[in-house]
This record gives sequence, structure tokens and C-alpha cells, in this order.
Amino acid sequence: MKAVVLAGGRSLERGVSLRSGARVEDALRALGHDVVHIDPGAELVKQLKEAKPDVAFLALHGPGGEDGTVQELLAILGIPFTGPGVAACVRCMDKVVAKHELRAAGLPTPDWIAFNSTAFRELGAADALEEIEARLGFPLVVKPARGGSSLGVEFAADRDAVPEALVAAFSYDDRVLLERYVRGRELAVGILDAEPLPLVEAIPKQEDFFNFEARYEIGRTEYACPAELDEAETRAVQEVAARTYEVLGCAGFARVDLILGDDGPQVLEVNAIPGLTDTSLLPQAAEAAGMSFEELCGRIVELALERPREPAAAG
Amino acid sequence: MRDLMAITARPEVISLAGGLPDTSTFPPSSFAAHMTRIAQESSAQALQYGPTEGFDRTKECIRALMAAEGMDPDPDDIIVTTGGQQAIDLVCKTLIDPGDVVVCEGPTYPGAVPVFCSYEADTRHVEMDDDGMRIDLLESLLDDLATEGRRPKFIYTVPSFHNPAGVTLSAERRRRLVEIARERELLVVEDNPYGLLRFEGETLPPLYQLDGGDYVIYLGTFSKVLSPGIRLGWCVAPPPVMDKIVLGKQAADLCTSTLTQYFVAEHFAEGRWREYIDSLCGIYRSRRDAMLAALERHFPPQAEWTEPAGGLFVWATLPDYIDTSDLLAKALRENVAFVPGAAAHVDGSGSSSMRLNFSGSDEDEIREGIRRIGDVISEQVELYEALTMPAASSASRPGAAGSGAGRAPDRPGDVVPMPRRDQR
Repeated sequence: MKAVVLAGGRSLERGVSLRSGARVEDALRALGHDVVHIDPGAELVKQLKEAKPDVAFLALHGPGGEDGTVQELLAILGIPFTGPGVAACVRCMDKVVAKHELRAAGLPTPDWIAFNSTAFRELGAADALEEIEARLGFPLVVKPARGGSSLGVEFAADRDAVPEALVAAFSYDDRVLLERYVRGRELAVGILDAEPLPLVEAIPKQEDFFNFEARYEIGRTEYACPAELDEAETRAVQEVAARTYEVLGCAGFARVDLILGDDGPQVLEVNAIPGLTDTSLLPQAAEAAGMSFEELCGRIVELALERPREPAAAG
Repeated sequence: MRDLMAITARPEVISLAGGLPDTSTFPPSSFAAHMTRIAQESSAQALQYGPTEGFDRTKECIRALMAAEGMDPDPDDIIVTTGGQQAIDLVCKTLIDPGDVVVCEGPTYPGAVPVFCSYEADTRHVEMDDDGMRIDLLESLLDDLATEGRRPKFIYTVPSFHNPAGVTLSAERRRRLVEIARERELLVVEDNPYGLLRFEGETLPPLYQLDGGDYVIYLGTFSKVLSPGIRLGWCVAPPPVMDKIVLGKQAADLCTSTLTQYFVAEHFAEGRWREYIDSLCGIYRSRRDAMLAALERHFPPQAEWTEPAGGLFVWATLPDYIDTSDLLAKALRENVAFVPGAAAHVDGSGSSSMRLNFSGSDEDEIREGIRRIGDVISEQVELYEALTMPAASSASRPGAAGSGAGRAPDRPGDVVPMPRRDQR
């Protein structure tokens, strides 16, 4: 079978994407497929038409690749692709949209307030900061609405830290959310074909607790897989993750990030195309479930081929 | 940040992030003539291994370059290295044991940071001002270290047209630094890639010349005066240190490229090397002028920057609520890049500064690049002000709503009064 692996792209997560893509290419070759790598740019459509692949494996992260843009093109060209369709990408990419969907479906996600920069620049939203802070409490977390890894995510310990955190978050997107900070265990649930995999827990070192970047640096955060949770807790977390996957319309695979606090699991975000590098969490979870990386990639491709084609520009 | 730097190389990005000299004006005819001569007259030798210390002919070229700045090293004290970067690595390999203190400027050369880190040095920064490293602060750091019973293995400095700070160590401070080295019996590593790229003002004596080579280890490179592609640099060190450096060099790569050493010898034999450096200085001077004028026009009054008399870089500092690593993400959406200041420190400081390169882009690109960076800074300044003084900012900017608010004027008639910043 002929597969194109799409990796790279123009997003800030280009580096991670290239590492995911290289690993997927090796796996698909080991499975006996004919593999072509495409780094999406101005020639993408031309390259896809020339390659005439049976399937496109998307190892793109961040805006452009994970937000439905490339998926829309593949749908028009009639090329089956891995991961979710356009609508689910749109819902997962924007944390604010995802949180609204989750709330509407009765799934737990921390309280939040979202603004675009116009609200501060032109509508005097800063005058409402006091009310916002009263509602969310401190510390709070400031995040760009769209964006992956930890880019632009900041803790604000107190009031004085809020403006600087907002300036940082607005560097990555024109819309940001202020979110209630939930203290608890940081969990990632990989989902494959709607079924949750074993849980992964991120255990940051004490001094890096408020440093999100450390979550992505080798050696600065420890990961436990499967996470040491009792059976009931594990089931509760997996159930919320699986329902989240369903509500957002994910397909093939995804990773749901949650916090397990005193009031149970709270969903933080969903990665429609989670990282597939050798330090990424979903492959670790698959391995804990007894599935090699090759088997994981093979299964993701099968799921892409089984899925009914999405009508182009459905949304 | 590593990932952010990965996308600065996109062709549509105006990158003021690099440190690239302009190699486009080197005459291809000279290049061809040199290589032809090498092929015809020295083919077998140029394709062979060479001595670990480098060829004598290369050392003569090095001596010519150093003489142009008033230095006269013994050829036996010179080793030819694979670029100036290897010279830094070899010095660290020779002198640093894990935990040893290294003193350097803050900011320091971003390429030295991973070297210091990989040899597990305890790196201490000394602040700079317009006259380079603050020698008073250096002395108090040395005193503090002495009370702990510690002394640095060496003081690493780029005294002329500092990368990234753009400033130059004054004559008086140079003399004082050399005195301190003598008094305290400390080694100074003088890294001088840019000394001959002076656009104006008087040449200052290198530390090596002032000291005579007793306490100063000197690092040089052909990268900025000829070509970085030939990967040729050098180190001048007293015999006991040199012996160890030679051992380190043997372990690393046996010898520096013989082919490019032949190329350098041909270039110097042609006799126009000085002319070529002068032509580079002319190009870079115009580009620096374009950058300084663009900064004046497009950066908001809250920003300040250095005004280099040579070299390749300007160092700009923004209000402390702007983190330039975050700002780079925003700048990249506008297809422009710079180096965030944190890359020039080992301790996470410098996060509100940025390094801007003027040698690797033409004047139009520089103007456009600075305009785009200025716009994203102005947007963040405006946002911060709206967040911190909501009532005041909306009152003082009637009708300011709109995309152009707070930005420098784009059209000549659209003048916004801007307070002059204090030039440091």
C-alpha cells in the first residue's frame, strides 16, 4: 500500500511533528508499505496528486495541520486520512470551543473565561479583571485558545502576574482563556478506536511544578505508565476520557489530558493528533497495553481506511 | 524555543536571527582561480591529512590578520581549528572540570552557552554597559568567589563588537582587565571574531596585545573576514595549555581541513584580503545604519538598543513584561525572526532582550523586518497598558480603537509624537 506521511508544516510545533513523522515513516516501512514523506507547503496539493496515495498519515501538530485545514484538502481530493475529520479537528484545536462542547454534554472541565485581544484593547475588558479573578480564584492558568505543547501557557499566582501572563498567551493566539487551576494528578489518556488505553501520569519535579515547558523537556518530568490509581479511579478517568472523545467527534485515535482533583477528573484539552515521538505519551500507553509502535501505526491506518469518507466542506 | 528556531529558516521569513556574514560579494572568479591553482599545483597534499597544529602557511595568514590589530604571536603558540567554535570547545575541554567556575559577560555569545553547559561549568555572568563588561562588577564577583575559596578557570570575553550585545570594551577597561588577570593570576579567553569589522572610530588594542600572551588565550576565526563555510579558526595559547589543546584536537578530528587551509593561503597570497574586509565593512556599515534608522522609526519608545561601531549585531531591550521567546511566536506569524535574549544566558535572564543581526539581510529586508518586529512589540505594549491602567489608557487614547493604535506611523504625514528614549 502507498502511504504519504504528512509531517513538518508551518506551525510552531514543526520540530515535534518532524520527529513524530520520521518515526511513523519507519514504522510504516517496517510494515511493508511504500512510504512518501511530504512536508506540507505551497506544493502540497500538487504533491498529493502526483503521489496518489492509498492513505495519508497525518503527523502534523498545531494550527494548519491539526485544525482541519489539511483534512479539508484531503477530503476534497478523496484521500483517506488518519485521525479525525474536519469538524472534530476544529473542535479540539480551539480549547474554548472544546470546553463549551464538553460543558453542554455535562462533562467536567474547569471553569474558564475567554477573551480575544480586542476585548482588552477596545472594550475595556481589563475593568472586569477583578470580577474574573473573583470567579476563578488564584492561582489561575492563562492559555492561548489554540496551540499545542505548552506554548504560551502560564500560571498566574496572583493578581499582579495576570497582565504579563496575558501578554505572553496573546503572543500565540488572538484568543486566550483564563482557567480555574485544579490541583490534582496530571493524567493523559490515549484513546484508540474509541477505547481508552492505560493511563499515563506526569509527575513534575517540585521546582518545575509551575513551569509547563518542563513537561516537554527530557528528564524534567517523570512519567508513570500505567499510572498508579486504584481500579475505580482508573475507570472513572477512562470513562470521562472516552466520552470526551465521543462528544468531540474524534476518530481513529486521540489523547485526552485531564486533572484528577478532589472532585474527580476534569478535562483540560484533547489532542486530535497527539505526538508520536519516542517520548510521546500515546505510544507509551499503547506499549503498556501490549501494542508495539508498528502495531499502533498499522491500526491507525486500518481505522482510516475503514472510516466512511467525509463529504468535503460538510461544515 | 528550539522548535521556534526550527521555523525561522522558512524562505518567507525575514530572519534577523542568524549571524551570517554576507558571502555574496566574494568574487566567484577568485574562488575558481584559487581552487584551480590548488588542483594543479598541490592536489595530492590538499587531499591529504595535515599536521594537527595546522600548516605553517595558514599560521602566516593568521599572523597577518593578528598583525593588522597590533599582535605578534609566536607561530608555535598557534593551533588552527575547525572554526572558532572548535577553539572554544577545545579550551573548555582542556581547562574545565565539572563544577568549575567560568566567568563571562551577560549576555554572552549564544554559541558558547551549550559548550559551557556540556562541560558542566558553573557559569557566572557579569553585566555589561555601553563600554562592555563592568569591571567593577567583575572584581566584586571575583572577591565573592575568593571568600568561598573559589576562583574561575577563566574569564571568557568578546571585547570587540560583542555578540550579542554589540558593545565594545573601552581601552581603560581593557587595561584594567589585563591588570586584574595578572594580579590574580587568572586566565582570560579573548574571543575576537569581529575586531577587524570596525566601521568607525579608533582601533582598540586586543587584550592579547596588552598582556603579551601570558594570561590571555586568544581565539580568532576566518569566518567573518573571509568565509564561515571554510570552517577555519585558531587559538593562541602558552605552551603548557597548548600541549593539552593539541591532544584534545587530535581526539576530536586529527587536523583541520587541509583543502580549506590551502584556500586561505591562496586568498592571502593574492594580496587583496584587506580590501575584501574593507568592502565587507562598507556593506555592513550601511546595513547597520539602515537598522538603527528603522529601530528609531518603528520600535516603541519603551524599547532601547545598542549602537555598535562594528560587528554584526544590535541588542535591543524591551519592557520587562515582554518575554521575547513568546514574542518570537508572534513575530513568526508576521514572517520575521530574531534571537530571544534568554539564549545568551545560562540562568534564564535576558528574557526581555533580543539579538538583531544586520549582516545577513539587505537594507530593504532590514527595514521591513524591523517594521514588523516593531509592530508586534507595539501591540504587546498597548495590550499591557490596557491591562494595567485600564481607565487611564482608554481616556488618553480617544478614538484609538483600531488596528493602528499605538503603532509607529506608516505614512509620512501620520506623525505621532514619541518621547525620545534615553540613549544608554
